[in-house]
Amino acid sequence: MKLKVTLFGITREIVGQSALEVALPDDQSVAELMSQLRSQYPALGTLSSCAVAVNNEYASPELRLREHDEIALIPPVSGG
Amino acid sequence: MHLEITDQPIDVAAVLTRVEDAGAGAVNAFVGTVRNQSTGRRVVRLHYESYDSMALRQLQHVVEQAQEKWPMMRQAAVVHRKGTLGIGDVAVVVAVSTPHRAESFAACQFIIDTLKQVVTIWKKEEYEDGSVWVAAHP
Repeated sequence: MKLKVTLFGITREIVGQSALEVALPDDQSVAELMSQLRSQYPALGTLSSCAVAVNNEYASPELRLREHDEIALIPPVSGG
Repeated sequence: MHLEITDQPIDVAAVLTRVEDAGAGAVNAFVGTVRNQSTGRRVVRLHYESYDSMALRQLQHVVEQAQEKWPMMRQAAVVHRKGTLGIGDVAVVVAVSTPHRAESFAACQFIIDTLKQVVTIWKKEEYEDGSVWVAAHP
């Protein structure tokens, strides 16, 4: 499956673009997506944390991804 | 509830009118502004970036949690700025109305504290000699 991953803040600067297309086998989890992205962009591993959002909610690492999910990387938030 | 993320200057008085309620004897507001220093470095300006659709969804969760904790809460409004801000600019306004004052302080503090933990907005501090995404690294 092909996933579109939107990037914000420091993750956008690390990757150098505001969105990525990632090819993964069907039925992979959030944790598997993150491990692929960390091996491709090792600087992601230096962040204090990096959550994944699926369809505008924080996703657990076990959540299975589907092709049309709205996926985003969420580095540590700092609003307010 | 009124929730908004805007790239325009925030009118604090207009946010207060959003929480007017005939059953409220207290309106409490928190106004977050841009200060001129951070961890000893002089801040020149701030850049806020937002994942709007998720930020609004999470703000809605935060206000719903406040409503559960303080069922007497009458109205709540949260307006957060995005884009480039200068020193003294208003970055966020939280306002709530309740029948009595104690709950208005508590609910307002809960909303701003929880916003800072979960709402998908990122702040980049720009100094005279560089810039840093706040909290990104340990």
